[in-house]
Amino acid sequence: MRVIYTDVLVIGAGLAGQRVAIAAKRRGHDTIILSLVPPKRSHSAAAMGGMQASLANVIKGQGDNEDIHFGDTVRGSDWGADQDVVRMFVNTSPKAVRELAAWGVPWSRVRKGDRQVIINGEKVTITERDEAHGLLAQRDFGGTKKWRTCYVSDGTGHSMLFVVSDHVIAEGIPVHERTEALALIHDGSRCHGAVVRNLITGELVAYIAKATTIATGGAGRVYRVTTNAVICEGTGMALALETGAAALGNMEAVQFHPTPIFPAAILLTEGARGDGGLLRDVDGHRFMPDYEPEKKELASRDVVSRRIEEHIRKGKGARSRFGEHVWLDITLLGEHHIKHNLREVYEIAKYFNGVDPVKEWIPIRPGQHYTMGGIRTKPTGESPTLKGLFAAGEAACWDMHGFNRLGGNSVAETVVAGMIVGEFVADFCDRTENDLDVSTGLIREFVAREQAKIDDLLHGKGTEDATRLRSRMQDLMTDKVGIFRTGAELESAVAELEELLKKSRNLGVRSKSTGSNPELVTAYRTQKMLKVALAIAYGALTRTESRGAHFRVDHPRRDDAQWLKRTLATWKDETASLPTLEYEQLDVKKMELPPGWRGYGAKDYIDHPDTSKRQAEVDEIRTKMEGADRFAVQDALMPYEHLLPERLRGRNERIDERLPL
Amino acid sequence: MNEVKHRKLKISVLRYNPQDPESVPHMQTYELEEADGMTLFIALNEIREKLDPSLQFDYVCRAGICGSCAMLVNGRPALTCRQLTKDLGDEFTLAPLPVFELIGDLSVNTGKWMRGMSERLETWVHAKEQEIDLRRIEEPMDPELAEKLYEVDRCIECGCCVAGCGTARMREDFVGAVGLNKIARFKIDPRDTRSDDDFYELVGDDDGVFGCMSLLGCHDVCPKQLPLQTQIAYVRRKMVAMAFS
Ligand SMILES: Cc1cc2nc3c(=O)[nH]c(=O)nc-3n(C[C@H](O)[C@H](O)[C@H](O)COP(=O)(O)OP(=O)(O)OC[C@H]3O[C@@H](n4cnc5c(N)ncnc54)[C@H](O)[C@@H]3O)c2cc1C
Ligand code: SF4
Ligand code: SF4
Ligand code: FES
Repeated sequence: MRVIYTDVLVIGAGLAGQRVAIAAKRRGHDTIILSLVPPKRSHSAAAMGGMQASLANVIKGQGDNEDIHFGDTVRGSDWGADQDVVRMFVNTSPKAVRELAAWGVPWSRVRKGDRQVIINGEKVTITERDEAHGLLAQRDFGGTKKWRTCYVSDGTGHSMLFVVSDHVIAEGIPVHERTEALALIHDGSRCHGAVVRNLITGELVAYIAKATTIATGGAGRVYRVTTNAVICEGTGMALALETGAAALGNMEAVQFHPTPIFPAAILLTEGARGDGGLLRDVDGHRFMPDYEPEKKELASRDVVSRRIEEHIRKGKGARSRFGEHVWLDITLLGEHHIKHNLREVYEIAKYFNGVDPVKEWIPIRPGQHYTMGGIRTKPTGESPTLKGLFAAGEAACWDMHGFNRLGGNSVAETVVAGMIVGEFVADFCDRTENDLDVSTGLIREFVAREQAKIDDLLHGKGTEDATRLRSRMQDLMTDKVGIFRTGAELESAVAELEELLKKSRNLGVRSKSTGSNPELVTAYRTQKMLKVALAIAYGALTRTESRGAHFRVDHPRRDDAQWLKRTLATWKDETASLPTLEYEQLDVKKMELPPGWRGYGAKDYIDHPDTSKRQAEVDEIRTKMEGADRFAVQDALMPYEHLLPERLRGRNERIDERLPL
Repeated sequence: MNEVKHRKLKISVLRYNPQDPESVPHMQTYELEEADGMTLFIALNEIREKLDPSLQFDYVCRAGICGSCAMLVNGRPALTCRQLTKDLGDEFTLAPLPVFELIGDLSVNTGKWMRGMSERLETWVHAKEQEIDLRRIEEPMDPELAEKLYEVDRCIECGCCVAGCGTARMREDFVGAVGLNKIARFKIDPRDTRSDDDFYELVGDDDGVFGCMSLLGCHDVCPKQLPLQTQIAYVRRKMVAMAFS
């Protein structure tokens, strides 16, 4: 049995995992990163749009600050987010984007003087300030009051990921590529590391660490139609779930993006509509104004996705061999704009559909895009129920997105969480009481258990075919646990998923190679994915309200009285076919921004009994402190700065908010 | 939509599993019915699902973004996730990229090669200070320069240029166009404090720019259309000047 000892084990080499590793290493802790693929291939590379940070450099971002970013994020979350965490996030995001600028990310910069932009389909001239020249530029994104999204042309995630990955190399942090964590090693209350499979040789190795961080990204591939990469299978979340001790939070909160290309589901950026693109149906009719007369194509992601599906259900979808879809028409933007400002859209349409968007409409249909739920942690990133286990990035639920995350808030979250959680991981390792203390017996037991599972798949009597189970799961998730959800459909989905899970305990594989063996990998991952799928579907069935991206046709209202709480799913009994659901109440009495109307979408919700009282308190504090600086008001409403690691505290400088020298 | 009759594709794959002592390199041909909009990503997955579960290959983003899926298609390096089968003949061959360590069949270890190259060339900004004051407004940069940096920062480390390079096939430690492009990228980045001397140390030899024969096997195969020719010429000019100074 091979055992590797380290201070910090990070599972996942996307933006979040690598930033955690850098923080821990800089504090003097030996750190090893695991990844299924070379770090620069992680799915963080696919983010094109940008990263939200309230720098307020561009003229359309003037006046932006942490307070406005906070409000946008909480409203976006439909009040599902933890407001302390959102505060920590919005205060750190400007620091994160500036750190990346110093490290070498070629952020797009402001050019002083006049420029033409398209707002609401009309050409407008805006003038950038002299003093902003050369500073980081921001663009417009859905759900934000100010232009706040920093970007690198059309390759934000790519450039961020390359800079952070190269920084990992500069710090001399080893990345064990083509390895896969199969199980966490733990004793029910303390996590000691993971059993890891080498995907080339098949060897199982135990990695023992003081602190283990899961940063394995999203779970999009439990759906058939998803913008996520093929490795976004949610198995990292399953690692936590299978401990029986750690919980997954709000797994039913799944975001669908309106405009992935059809049928490959590769994302076409929101910019296509932002710049004036239109949605058309089978008859060529522009249908969005019929549903959303005000915002039309530019309503929020969940709303547009729902309208498209609604229209298709009415029989208005265009039909093709692969099913129904609608059209995205950007021909009106003209060749120059398409080939320069929307280069990625142009290339994807050309390479994948053979469509020339300068002349032709592009087939699109909504698809799964983002996993708001994940491994439940405290604001430090540590699991409240399994000591020594941390999580960060899309795999985590610390919980800054609640039931809907804003575009641009996710790559921002990865690096911000990496900075914050990385410091807490280092603090944890600094404390002598957390020194390595694990029996070899426990390690042996966990390795033997994983080996037995693999041997059973290779040489057991199992007859079920993992590919078939998986594709049935993906169909169920897309068809019944998708954009529109009903009790009846969810119930049948849960029942069938349970059957699939039971069948997955009887899998067999045809190729017997113990080394690199794609069929074997599909088999054991499918077992894990089914548990994650059940956490999503069962959570959605039980939550009898609509909130953010979770939309129940049979319960269309947000119900704060019953449901202002976070779902916690655990899998206590290995032989069970369902997770155990518990709920964690959100405390209205502590909220800086008590629940209300989001400012878009339905205005129809049921209040929590504490809301009006808290709102009155907040109003009173605000009135009393009128004229006081915004930091003092914020501190009076909901103090949070003590939650941040010391070195990340402090105000952020802006052109209009200078810090003393 | 009209029912079109789909072609039968004959896909010949160079198979070899170095992990398995019994395995010898050989071509294996799979027959597959083409589908509308079929890419090699779809075709290979269908082969794996229906015909041969042991076939090895690497896809991650399946959108031409991550650089995982480069192979030789009819002998030429290409990103295969965005290669439509309709642009290929009825019969074609797939082989793993040369130069890189073979993992099995169409899967090669580009990650290991790229990390080695990055370690040797130190492909990160060597900043003046380790820690900056994160609360302060960022250093300004000329917007055009930022754009220029991004143009060459777009490399996805797919390895196509290395696979297409005669020198890389002969010299194990040759840094390839991918490496030279990175040197050019950091050289024009004002945040990087390294001098021409420092860069000369890194690429002023036959494993660097002087090993390059300028035949440009790299330039035409780069799926991101990076200006490799210009970049290599730029590094060469700088380094020749250094050699004579
Ligand atoms: C097409 C697309 C476009 C997007 N655009 C934007 C945008 O413009 N702005 C924005 O804010 N957000 C965007 N997002 C969301 C954002 O990109 C992701 O949420 C974010 O990058 C996730 O980063 P991460 O570090 O958490 O995980 P990832 O980058 O997904 O990394 C996960 C890592 O975990 C590893 N891993 C997984 N399982 C295991 C295991 N069992 N063992 C070992 N390693 C494992 C993988 O190898 C990988 O290295 C987009 C998402 C998509 C799909
Ligand atoms: S330079 Fe081009 S071909 Fe070479 S690795 Fe980068 S993207 Fe690939
Ligand atoms: S010019 Fe020729 S020798 Fe030089 S890197 Fe390109 S392919 Fe290799
Ligand atoms: S799979 Fe990512 S580029 Fe082909």
